[in-house]
Amino acid sequence: MVAASIKAVSYYLPSERLTNEDLFAQFGTLSPAEIFKRVGVRERPIRGKGQIGSDLAFESSLVLFDEHGVDKAEIDFLLFCTEGLDYKGPATACIMQDRLGLNKGIGAMDIPMGCAGFTNGLAIAKALIASGQSKNVLLQTADIPSSVIHPGDLDLRMLFGDAGASALISRCDDQFGIGNFVMGTDGSGAENLMVKRSNTRTPVDTKWLEEHKAVGGLEFGRMEMNGLEIFSFSMREVPSLVNDILAKNNLALEDVDLFVFHQANAFILKMLARKLRIDNEKVYNCMEYIGNTVSASVPIALAKASKEGKIKKGNTVLIAAFGIGYSWSGTIIKY
Amino acid sequence: MTIEDFISKLEAEFEDVEPGTLKAETSFRDIEDWSSMHALIVIALIDTEYDVILSGTDLQAANTINDLFELVRTKQ
Repeated sequence: MVAASIKAVSYYLPSERLTNEDLFAQFGTLSPAEIFKRVGVRERPIRGKGQIGSDLAFESSLVLFDEHGVDKAEIDFLLFCTEGLDYKGPATACIMQDRLGLNKGIGAMDIPMGCAGFTNGLAIAKALIASGQSKNVLLQTADIPSSVIHPGDLDLRMLFGDAGASALISRCDDQFGIGNFVMGTDGSGAENLMVKRSNTRTPVDTKWLEEHKAVGGLEFGRMEMNGLEIFSFSMREVPSLVNDILAKNNLALEDVDLFVFHQANAFILKMLARKLRIDNEKVYNCMEYIGNTVSASVPIALAKASKEGKIKKGNTVLIAAFGIGYSWSGTIIKY
Repeated sequence: MTIEDFISKLEAEFEDVEPGTLKAETSFRDIEDWSSMHALIVIALIDTEYDVILSGTDLQAANTINDLFELVRTKQ
């Protein structure tokens, strides 16, 4: 059986930062220390004026090519994953093919998914490789949640950051690589985390723009989250997801060297560790200066953990992502 | 499980609550500095200690600590 592995991962963070001090200065309620205690974040990268998801994805691919010496001529499939596409048509992936100067003889498609976008995209990338269709898939994940958060919504502003990431998934012939996937979907939870007034079903109208004039119009829509339901969902589905991933890959909890979950918030990561009875040190957390970057969170975590030496050759890493949809998925990666 | 046990677990979980201050009839939203964070802590505690996952709707329908205790008991 042809195997696939994550050959390289890089990411790009926009240079602007939103700090806890900025939030305290604006809201005057939670102190910077209290904000950190609640969500485990001190700073979040925020997009520059006019910068959108595909811009961050583009930059992250340039970093990938440079950092890892990737020859872009070898890329034969492009997957672009985001909740914030450039247009309703054409697909952003098509524009990206031209912008990155990739070959014309490649497939390029969008995956409009959020928190579980990277793991969902990775499942598709692996399938493309395992089927013999492709040898080198570029999977980009990028999101700009700050563009759909009401400036007066402290709960969301303290959590989310904007970022882009790129991963190269390539054919490999040994026992290393991406394992079996477990996936799940429950659309009945859609309303609990949704960008309202953001597309065809309920487009922004003049009344909406007028109502939100003081906060810039919220022209891309407004993210609304029922935090309690999302937390309850995470505690219900993620432990089963982890156990199912282990079972599907014939592994026990102790065989895993590092758990890389979607960086939802530090409290969720801590509670998942507690429920699964795994040491906090084995659950990777890089939220302090990045926050929750939606679809970019897992690849950023993988890149950072590798750089910090927390993922080494020979390690078994479990990745799992979950959230908006609801959608959840995960697998094992053998390094 | 007993209500006393349930209360002492809650008290242990909330850093800013002195042991012995919570009662079965305490309305949990009146606990000093109650926030959305405490609600998450309650869900997590009940999940890890009693293997019951309350939904946001469950929690919103409850008022007192005894309501929570009964909810856990019926769902166990």
